[in-house]
Amino acid sequence: QGVAVAVLEHLEHLALVDFRDAEGVERLQKAIQFADQLHEVNTDGVEPMDSVLEDRCLYLREDDVTEGNCTNELLKNAREKVEEYFVAPPGNIPLPKLEERDTFLQSS
Amino acid sequence: VLNRRCVEAAVMTGLALNCSINKKSLFDRKHYFYADLPAGYQITQQRVPIAVNGSLSYSFCTDNKMSQMVTKTVRIKQIQLEQDSGKSLHDDTRSQTLVDLNRAGVGLMEVVMEPDMCCGEEAAAAVRELQLILQTLGSSQAVMAEGQLRVDANVSVHHPGEPYGVRTEVKNINSIRFLAKAVDYEIQRQIEELESGGTVLNETRAFDSKLGCTVPMRDKEGKQDYRFMPEPNLPPLILYDAKSLPANMDHQQVVNIDWIHERLPDLPSVKRAKLVERYGILPEHSFTLLNEDGLAEFFESVVKQTPMKPKKVIGWILNDLLSYLKQHSLTVKESPVSSFLLADLLNLLEKKEISSTAAKQVLAELWKGEGKTPLEIVKEKKLELIQDQKELEQICQAVIDGQENEVIMMVLG
Repeated sequence: QGVAVAVLEHLEHLALVDFRDAEGVERLQKAIQFADQLHEVNTDGVEPMDSVLEDRCLYLREDDVTEGNCTNELLKNAREKVEEYFVAPPGNIPLPKLEERDTFLQSS
Repeated sequence: VLNRRCVEAAVMTGLALNCSINKKSLFDRKHYFYADLPAGYQITQQRVPIAVNGSLSYSFCTDNKMSQMVTKTVRIKQIQLEQDSGKSLHDDTRSQTLVDLNRAGVGLMEVVMEPDMCCGEEAAAAVRELQLILQTLGSSQAVMAEGQLRVDANVSVHHPGEPYGVRTEVKNINSIRFLAKAVDYEIQRQIEELESGGTVLNETRAFDSKLGCTVPMRDKEGKQDYRFMPEPNLPPLILYDAKSLPANMDHQQVVNIDWIHERLPDLPSVKRAKLVERYGILPEHSFTLLNEDGLAEFFESVVKQTPMKPKKVIGWILNDLLSYLKQHSLTVKESPVSSFLLADLLNLLEKKEISSTAAKQVLAELWKGEGKTPLEIVKEKKLELIQDQKELEQICQAVIDGQENEVIMMVLG
């Protein structure tokens, strides 16, 4: 089945990915078809699994400070900084609106 | 990895708020993009949180004179454990955001309430009680100004009998006073919007404390889709009680709900009831005592040091001591008059060595904190009550003599 343009646009906006061209969209469709195979299994009365760890117990750590004082090391990762703050743009930069983008979705 | 202390704090708070504690709770990822969330998701408990279905009772005065106390209850929907994001500082002049990641990943406890409150005053009273409970439990020092307690208010309006209206979320509320203001402003704004034919948008707004109003927040327009998914790296959190305690598990890994329950300290409501019962003071008094940090302890300390009835002592504490402290913006701990000094003064009064007017004068001197004892001040200012009958007669006689005409007129009729 095809994937509605509205859904694709919504996904692009949320996940900040750009499906860019026909190949990208087709790859997405194939991925969904692959995952749909799950429907062939009868899961009546079976609890969904969260992860392979789900039967383990969550480890609780003591409230002790074991690391820290690595300001300089961490700030090395920053492209731009002001005193000890990381600098970021003023808000989320959304993908340009559909009309402005040079992608497959535009022509569909 | 989850910090054990966070779990204990959440269980304590859940128990204090009459919640059911979920022995098995799960963690999820909540995805969204923002500069203060480097991972792109926040770990929270969306499906099965640690505690659900509790209640919080709070009281407030319908008038400002502390004489008509009303008690209400707000239901607690749930308490969940989650991670904190970093802190963003918006620099609009340079068109940038400064991000401090120091608090990112630190454990948070989110308390979700049902929409049972109807105005700013109720919201403020409920949050104040929650603050006192958290401080008593030691879960948090809950100082709003320092971000230790953060409150987001969800507000909607509707006509009686109709379903709830569209709600807005109000953020950036930094004190209990501002909470009341923000809620009342938003209620008014929504009513005016609807009455002029407009609609209320489901949006996030920020409270501007300088202007006393709410404004739409950038970046939060439109419904967010968080694409929740189970957190694959954290197995379920299992809690135990006396019955389900496993025999041979590492002690440090076990959180026993019953053990925590047994060690809960007296909650504010219990403390107040005990004060009323033990000392015969009014419920309103007990509220004021607990509302000021250290005041209840001060009161009890004075009561121990003087035979004066607690019902009389309370007047001195709430009217004289407290108003002085408020006037000079002092905390109880900073009081220049200690409980010892006040008790000393009240003893003089109780023994009828001075009148209560004189006692107030002495207190005024004591505030100066010059280190004099009440007795020294009384002697210095000659405030002693005259006990000698003859001396009293002489004084009265002198007054009468001086006012002979008035006396004759009184005697005649």
